[in-house]
Amino acid sequence: MSKADAAAAILWVGASFYALFGGADFGGGFWDLVAGWDERGQRPRDVIQRSLTPVWEANHVWLIFVLVVLWTAFPPAFSAIFTTLYVPISLAALGIVFRGAGFAFRKSIVRLQARRAMGATFAISSVLTPFFMGTVVGAIAAGNVPAAGNGDAFSSWLAPLPLLIGAMFVASGAYLAAVFLVGDARRAGDGEMETYFERRALGAAVVAGAFAVAGLFALHSEARYVFDRLTAEGLPLVIASLLCGAALLVVLLRGARRALRPLAAGAVVAVVWGWGVAQFPYLLPTSLRIDQAAAPDPTMTVIFIVFAVAAVLVLPSLGLLYTLAQRDLLESEH
Amino acid sequence: MPLLDLLPLAASESNLLAAREQMAFTLGFHIVLSCLGVALPATILAANYVALKKGDADAMELARRWSKAMAVTFAVGAVTGTVLSFEFGLLWPQFEHRFGSVFGIAFAIEGIFFFLEAIFLAIYIYGWKRLSPWAHFWSGVPMVVTGIGGAFSVVAAPSRMNQPQGFTLNAAGEVVDVEPLKVLFNPATGYEVPHMILAAYMVVGFLVASVYAVGMLKGRRDRLHKLGVVIPLTIAAIATPVQLFVGDTAAREVADHQPAKFAAMECIEKTGDDQTEYLGGICTEEGVKGAIGIPGLDSFLVGFSTDTEVIGLNSIPDNEEPPAHTMLHLAFDAMVGIGTALLALGAWFGFVWWRRRDLPRTPWFLRAVAVSGAGAVVALWCGWIVTEVGRQPWIVQGYMRTSEAVTEADGIWFSFGLVLLLYAGLGTGGVLVLRSMSRRWREAGADREGDTPYAPSSPTGRKALTQTANRPVDGGGG
Repeated sequence: MSKADAAAAILWVGASFYALFGGADFGGGFWDLVAGWDERGQRPRDVIQRSLTPVWEANHVWLIFVLVVLWTAFPPAFSAIFTTLYVPISLAALGIVFRGAGFAFRKSIVRLQARRAMGATFAISSVLTPFFMGTVVGAIAAGNVPAAGNGDAFSSWLAPLPLLIGAMFVASGAYLAAVFLVGDARRAGDGEMETYFERRALGAAVVAGAFAVAGLFALHSEARYVFDRLTAEGLPLVIASLLCGAALLVVLLRGARRALRPLAAGAVVAVVWGWGVAQFPYLLPTSLRIDQAAAPDPTMTVIFIVFAVAAVLVLPSLGLLYTLAQRDLLESEH
Repeated sequence: MPLLDLLPLAASESNLLAAREQMAFTLGFHIVLSCLGVALPATILAANYVALKKGDADAMELARRWSKAMAVTFAVGAVTGTVLSFEFGLLWPQFEHRFGSVFGIAFAIEGIFFFLEAIFLAIYIYGWKRLSPWAHFWSGVPMVVTGIGGAFSVVAAPSRMNQPQGFTLNAAGEVVDVEPLKVLFNPATGYEVPHMILAAYMVVGFLVASVYAVGMLKGRRDRLHKLGVVIPLTIAAIATPVQLFVGDTAAREVADHQPAKFAAMECIEKTGDDQTEYLGGICTEEGVKGAIGIPGLDSFLVGFSTDTEVIGLNSIPDNEEPPAHTMLHLAFDAMVGIGTALLALGAWFGFVWWRRRDLPRTPWFLRAVAVSGAGAVVALWCGWIVTEVGRQPWIVQGYMRTSEAVTEADGIWFSFGLVLLLYAGLGTGGVLVLRSMSRRWREAGADREGDTPYAPSSPTGRKALTQTANRPVDGGGG
């Protein structure tokens, strides 16, 4: 494995973490959005808020990590993506601002009217942000980002595949969130909410799966290179994702609670890596290869060191944060 | 006169202006929040420490309130910081394209610090009720370290743009080799980084103290408010004299390494010795108008002798001169002037506290503290204007012009307008939320809700909580 390939792998590790934890936080916002008006939506909203509050900022940092590794290790790919897809990227950035501010403000105010407005801001942007991020990924996979950058600002992402991937991002976030929230509700001893999110996890699994299948068709027609590799070299990962998803459905339908989170995580991470394998050796299929975009070796060495430090310091700290949160030692209060 | 230039501009120059305005605005907004991220944790922990050591319920209450405020400012700072990292690609794609592999190194390291700060901040902010008192205190300590480390790596980036080194370009101008250590520890890091960290402590110290000074001026003269002035003001009063020393060194370094920036900020037209130090005034090609001039002082400040030669703008090629000399000059003077006034305020406070263990009695002291927070923020902005605008027309001094870095995308003015609206909402929302929190705390008054920290965590805790709430907080007991 060359240094450049290793750096690309680090990029994908970061993307996997973001898809899992960032994705689940966006999904929490999705369930907040569809929870219903004030009283009806109160209980699910409380579960969502308790579960998101202590962790969402830390989870958000994975996005910064991915951005920084991309522009440091593969500067030409970064500038090509940003000069082509600046419309959905700007909209995603806008969504990030609304999501974060809406959530933080809602938690700290008491007036119902203002809480409603902030809650709606948080929830709507939690749906739009992952959608636009998905269109960016879809446009890259579809080969609509030329290596030289400055590709078409609209047709690059306003196409079936990018839009489908955007929808899939929203659905898989909702799916992850529902599965995680089943666990949170169960821990809180709230059987009603447990069933509530269990049903939604099932629904989201079906919808995310449907988008994935539709996405395969779109890949076939719009991103032939990626499709061909996904159904050859990437096939084990596709199967792994399917198996995880199916196993999770079985577990849920039987009312069991074993291994829910690992299975949901496995289903999503396998897709992220399936995408990576399918694009290999391209960062921007099929115009920019990983080795063509790579920064000089010493920069890559810094990326490896940073990654090693992250593995030694950040991952255990994150573990500590999640453990404290899961043991209800962290309390979100108004 | 950027406004006059607007009309005949070519499209790319118009983009450049819009992109620069947007970058300056979003950075100016974020930098205040990042100061809070860097220095507020230490301020909170100082109050928390006093509370635990002395069993001081007021200090404990302050630490809790500040940590709740920090939950809001950190969230807003996290998103405005994200906007900045998006803007590197959205506004300056060619800069990233050519120099991402060099400057990204520091941001990658910053990522680690930001990660750790976000994690421990969450543990600290949400750990008030259920963690043991000292475990909770120590969970906050990493925030202080990561705040400083994060400031180091972030500021190391613009300092590198001022005095770039540690990379090799080929004939086509592409980076072909990088020496990470040289990139990280460039000559400008040594003064720009401590200058920024001290600025953060000054901004936070004066800002927090000013909130409580306003409260005292409104007649809330309880012990809590006094402590709310004393703790942050002590931190700021310690940081300020160190800052003036660091800033003075920084100015000499700028004179040595970035003569164009120095000439513009000091309004020096002609190279020569025995340069006059001008305070205020308008810079013109015939010299400074309406300034107070102190003959020879500028040369003396640069080289400790009036014989020191200082490079003037006449020695800088026209196309390498920074724009808006008067603005740079006034910004520099404002920063130094405000810094000096804050030094005097800190000295006043320190002297009276040393003699009587009390705040100066005159309301003028509280009035001065009340405006000191805004003053420190203005000084902070002025400093950034000097260092960033003063580097123009370069984005990487001597290597890449800002005009070469800017995006070709359409609609940057539109995006700037949108950002203005968005941030106006964000700023207003943030201030309203903080004010409503403060009103709630005031109304809760002596009861302090059921919010006693370190309360028992039994599931039937509601009753237990209300009982402890009526007892005075003993801090260490838990």
